[in-house]
Amino acid sequence: MKRHGKKLAAAALGVLCLILLSGCHGSKEQAAFTVPEESDTSRQYELTFWAKNDTNINQTEIYKQAIADFQELYPNITVNLRLYTNYGDIYNDVITNISTGTTPNVCITYPDHIATYMTGDNVVVPLDELFTDEKYGLAGSEVLFDSPSQNEIVPEFLEECYMAGHYYAVPYMRSTEACYINKDYVEALGYTIPDILTWEFIWEVSEAAAEKNADGTFKLNGGEVLLPFIYKSTDNMMIQMLQQLGAGYSTEKGDIQIFNDTTEEILYTVAAHTKSGAFSTFSISGYPANFLNAGQCVFAIDSTAGATWMGSDAPLVDIAEVSLADFETEVRPVPQFDPEHPQMISQGPSVCVFNKEDPQEVLASWLFTQYLLTNEVQIAYAQTEGYVPVTLKAQNSEEYQDYLSREGEDDNTYYDVKIKASKLLLDHMDDTFTTPVFNGSVSLRNAAGQLIEEVTKSTRRKETVDDAYMGNLYAEIQALYHLNEFGGPSEGKVDLGPLPGTAKILLAALTFAWVCILLYLAVSVQKSKKKEKRNI
Amino acid sequence: MKKCLCAALVLSMTLALAGCAGGQADTTTEAETTEESAAVETEETAAEETAEEAAPAEVMTHEEYMAAEIDSQVTVESYVQATQSWWEDEGQGKITVYAQSEDGAYFFYELACTEEDAAKLVPGTKIRVTGYKAEWSGEVEVMDGTFEFVEDGEEFIAEPVDVTEMLGTDELINHQNEFVSFTGMTVEPAQEGSDAAFLYSYDGSGTDGDDLYFNASYNGQTYTFTIESYLCDNTTDVYSAVKELQVGDVIDMQGYLYWYEGVNPHITYVGPTA
Repeated sequence: MKRHGKKLAAAALGVLCLILLSGCHGSKEQAAFTVPEESDTSRQYELTFWAKNDTNINQTEIYKQAIADFQELYPNITVNLRLYTNYGDIYNDVITNISTGTTPNVCITYPDHIATYMTGDNVVVPLDELFTDEKYGLAGSEVLFDSPSQNEIVPEFLEECYMAGHYYAVPYMRSTEACYINKDYVEALGYTIPDILTWEFIWEVSEAAAEKNADGTFKLNGGEVLLPFIYKSTDNMMIQMLQQLGAGYSTEKGDIQIFNDTTEEILYTVAAHTKSGAFSTFSISGYPANFLNAGQCVFAIDSTAGATWMGSDAPLVDIAEVSLADFETEVRPVPQFDPEHPQMISQGPSVCVFNKEDPQEVLASWLFTQYLLTNEVQIAYAQTEGYVPVTLKAQNSEEYQDYLSREGEDDNTYYDVKIKASKLLLDHMDDTFTTPVFNGSVSLRNAAGQLIEEVTKSTRRKETVDDAYMGNLYAEIQALYHLNEFGGPSEGKVDLGPLPGTAKILLAALTFAWVCILLYLAVSVQKSKKKEKRNI
Repeated sequence: MKKCLCAALVLSMTLALAGCAGGQADTTTEAETTEESAAVETEETAAEETAEEAAPAEVMTHEEYMAAEIDSQVTVESYVQATQSWWEDEGQGKITVYAQSEDGAYFFYELACTEEDAAKLVPGTKIRVTGYKAEWSGEVEVMDGTFEFVEDGEEFIAEPVDVTEMLGTDELINHQNEFVSFTGMTVEPAQEGSDAAFLYSYDGSGTDGDDLYFNASYNGQTYTFTIESYLCDNTTDVYSAVKELQVGDVIDMQGYLYWYEGVNPHITYVGPTA
């Protein structure tokens, strides 16, 4: 399988430059979109739809079926599908195509990415008016399918698509992260898995699992390989830990707050558990699912949208059958610092519509976008992984409820780990959060993960991780991701020390000058009043 | 009165300007002092760096490299055999290199590399790489590496080693990353119950331009082969050749013996068996 997640986003700065340069060099500025009064069905429209699948053939089939069904309803609209297997490639290609004016019509993307697309004028269509359009809006009178109303889109998910005062996308699917656990191993170590994991629990059990025999093999599995705790997306790891601890990450406006003391404490914790062999990451070692399924891992944290890869009976497996271990898989939310108030990230794809010269083409794009929110698409796609439909209409439907109730009936459609992962998010919708979206938030996210990756690698390489190391790391990451170019440098107010003496003299002199000016004005007014009295 | 006020204003402005000037003077002094101390540090650092440069890390043989611990720093010299496409991540150029010397092969994962240097990494080019030995899903590689060109006039292009008979044996891993060949293999269905000879992506979920996966058998055992699109994209002959394969074709192949949870050759040539 491709090493996804490694060859992802190109430089955000380069991206920004492309957009800005395209603006400078006479690219035709696009007019803002206005909703046509009528859809002109006498004309043919050819749309391009860039979609992402999780290297999952079922998802590809659902996209194709959705397009076929939509085209049957709207014979004058043709939708051409282009598939990607990671968001980074979509992001890069969209950026390149913004500068050449050849964006797709409809695109699966992340809100973070949309914030960068929006650096160009009228590139992404604000959807507010389309939502509420009586004829073609959500549940509009002229829409030829059973589309959800705006109220039927999960408000928290819809809110994630609201930026700069407008809705620039609709949610498509939602997921969070889950901790997939080898229950047998945890129990063999003498522990019981709590309903809500704590970081303390995870580290303690992982340390116990890292113990070795005299011959260098691991006590727990008797093998030479065991990564007790492996994390797929270290950016999420850092973001969630900071959120749970109430520490800074960024402000809504994009001021960077991540380089703070709490981050440093987290990094020291990561270093300590890396040193003992209790922790590793996807980038360093490989896919968490592969280690979990081979009996070489106790806790594997990955997206709920990766649930079909997790466990002895997983329908999707990347390791040889002979390497599969037989164990019971438990699914839990990501570990917490305060289990009474769990907090976990909300993630998953959204859909945006790109502006075109022809408003009718944009309207056609919107209709297709809306079609992706129908129960047919939502329920089918949600079943391919541990996703959750983004509409209450789909979530509450009999069909979806029936699906959830059949957990474990087979190891495919009703694979228990997958359905448990979906239920995890459904049960914790109020405990999810997202990070602020701004131009540069993609870089900040990458930086968050890179901090953990660097500390983990350095520890494994027996480098000294101390205050000096942290200082250098912060400076390097800040420079690498151009974080000073997007927002403020650090958390809270920066103490710049006492004012220099010369500055104090300058300020005093200026104050004195202003006092003199005011005195002069006051005296002048008095004199003129006296003159007026004399004149009377 | 006006004269007095004017005088006061002039005085305050003079003081203010003096303040500014003084500030500048002080700042300059401070800056100079800082520069001086920085210069000392820089000189010291430069001296240290020169000392380091004077004693470059010892170049390992392939045997020493293989014996080195995972996560240890390694320096090796080898010859470029092929590269994956150059790309840029947060302004940092990167390139993945398949390299081989007479004593063994290497996989240099995402070497730091400018676009200009990437163009010079043609097959046969000798490079010295310093990085960290790593193992990712079974693939032993050098990650976080930097490189320099070794201009000693030597070139090396590896001849493929036929490993067909080693398929399914423990011996195969000894040739990890080498340029190898497979001969007389029979194309099998890409999926059970399918007539298709290849898939876009491992399960058919991809489209043209994605990695191609296909199966071929030898002595009754079936193995999976990959056209890694970053190595051979959809404009290459091998990509087209695989798209033309039919189940039952008997073929020869060449490629690099990459590893992903087991052998996962990155194929660069496919043709009818000789």
